[in-house]
Amino acid sequence: MTGLAQAPALELDEIVKEYPGHPPVRALGGVSMVVEKGELVGIVGPSGSGKSTLLHMMGTLDRPTSGAVSIAGHEVSSLSDRRLSGVRSHLIGFVFQDFFLLDGMSTIDNVATGLLYTGLPRAERRRRAASSLIRVGLGHRLLHEPNQLSGGERQRVAVARAVVHQPAIVLADEPTGNLDSRTSETIMDLLRELNNDGSTILVITHDRELAASLPRRVHIRDGLIQGDEHHTVAVEI
Amino acid sequence: MRRRSIASGDELGTSRFRISDVARVGVGSLGDRKIRTALSAIGITIGIAAMVAVLGLSESSRADLDAEIEALGTNLLTIQAGSGFGAGDATLPEESVSMVSRIGPVQSASGIVTLDEAVLVNDLVNPLETQGIQAAAVTLDLLDTLNSEVVRGSWLTDATAAWPNVVLGSVAAQRLGIANVDNGQRVLIGDEWFTVIGILDTFPLAADLDRSALIGYEAAATFLDVDLNPSTIQVLSDPARVEAVRPILGATADPESPEEVEVSRPSDALEARAAADSAFTSLFLGLGAVALLVGGIGIANVMVIAVMERRNEIGLRRALGATRAHIRRQFLSEALMLSFLGGAAGVGLGSLVTVVYARTQDWKVVLPPEALFGGFAAAVLIGAVAGLYPAMRAAKMAPTEALRS
Repeated sequence: MTGLAQAPALELDEIVKEYPGHPPVRALGGVSMVVEKGELVGIVGPSGSGKSTLLHMMGTLDRPTSGAVSIAGHEVSSLSDRRLSGVRSHLIGFVFQDFFLLDGMSTIDNVATGLLYTGLPRAERRRRAASSLIRVGLGHRLLHEPNQLSGGERQRVAVARAVVHQPAIVLADEPTGNLDSRTSETIMDLLRELNNDGSTILVITHDRELAASLPRRVHIRDGLIQGDEHHTVAVEI
Repeated sequence: MRRRSIASGDELGTSRFRISDVARVGVGSLGDRKIRTALSAIGITIGIAAMVAVLGLSESSRADLDAEIEALGTNLLTIQAGSGFGAGDATLPEESVSMVSRIGPVQSASGIVTLDEAVLVNDLVNPLETQGIQAAAVTLDLLDTLNSEVVRGSWLTDATAAWPNVVLGSVAAQRLGIANVDNGQRVLIGDEWFTVIGILDTFPLAADLDRSALIGYEAAATFLDVDLNPSTIQVLSDPARVEAVRPILGATADPESPEEVEVSRPSDALEARAAADSAFTSLFLGLGAVALLVGGIGIANVMVIAVMERRNEIGLRRALGATRAHIRRQFLSEALMLSFLGGAAGVGLGSLVTVVYARTQDWKVVLPPEALFGGFAAAVLIGAVAGLYPAMRAAKMAPTEALRS
């Protein structure tokens, strides 16, 4: 694990999330966990277990009813919407099941969109986007449009976009949910590779088999953590 | 657990959305949906084009009318006898023309004596079928007063005015079937034959003279044996003093019953036409405004649909760090660009219509800058208003909601 001097990439402290209603729906019932820098963690649970809600909390897309979320040592749950947007633009990278690439825009511009709200000049955004695409093995697809790419390639573009700003944490929500098993494997390999290079990655999935290949798995059910398994995997650095 | 609470966002980094990026994203989004962009901008285009064309054409036709009025002069005044009750075919005193001529600012005054005699092309036609052609005895300076000229033959001179010679107004010549004056063509006025020696150009300010056969005072007295009391006097005044001359003409022409004398300014009729044109202009402007309103609603409609369709894009952008304000800015800028495009096309189209139509009418092309800029500004304003609600809606969307597939 990483040194004590460094703040963890992500820290959840007694996160409770209730949705209003009669009676209120309690999606998360007090979740605490710490993800250190450089970890690759699977958040595993069946649908309805609260893992999507948890992802929203971690990604500052929604606020907890109570509890605290810290990203790279910064407590963010009390920040304004505008400041949270700043946190997302600099500290968090997202990979979605549906890729969410923008049509009518080249691969490189899609990845550069990951830096659009950081205030970097366009030339610099495109330069970094190109190197990010090279990093995920799509250096030969810079000017293609999403509809010219295969599903696996599209998700690679999405991954490139998620890491282009070197976030403190990458949140991948069912990243292989729309891919066949062979392609899924290559995407997981890519995530492992990025992790080996130092990225902190959380993979949210309902796929136990996929989760089994990850060094740490947090099992979630009914809005509560049921188990937190670490395995030592051989990591070559 | 280690936790640092942060007082300022600098450490975390803030979201920015550069203006150049706003523009680029907007252009990109509209470019991806070219047909829809064109269709939704069309309403604004039609509205602005209508307004620009209406203003341009009314200005052009007005300029034309103004030029016409300018050319004809606004200093011609007409004195007419006998508008009073029971006045019948009243006339002015014989000396009225010379009286009027003596008013200082009057440059010239020409009497017109209307004659009862029919004007016929020969003695075989029914004397009652006069075709609306009237005989009149006139003074020789009439042509100068009315600033007109002959198109065929010649005007009356001291010599020809004393003999049975006639000059025909343009309409009279046409109705009598007389096109040239070289072959000694004669017409019958009353019981006397008169030789046609000239045909006049039209009198824009005295249309009744177009339908007249004009003879000299002396010939009228000699051959037709009539009194030479003018029924009408055409007066050309110093242009700067028209308003001063006008009120005293009645009393000068007929001191005994000035109230029965009617003084008018023929160019007023043209001015009235210009005013009527501008009434139509208001109507068309109103129609243009309706088109513009419909165009604005069209843009609002398209933008609302775009916001719903692009829910995922909004969610993605929020996840990538866009603030609510950034999302609002993006959609507002798209609406503005739509209306900008529509407005620019409308101004272009409206100008084109104005130029083409004005050319076919031989008008001087006038494109009032206030119509061009006003039309453009109206388009952009409408875009801003139309885009506001959809943009707010997009901005309010919760990221978690927007990211749901």
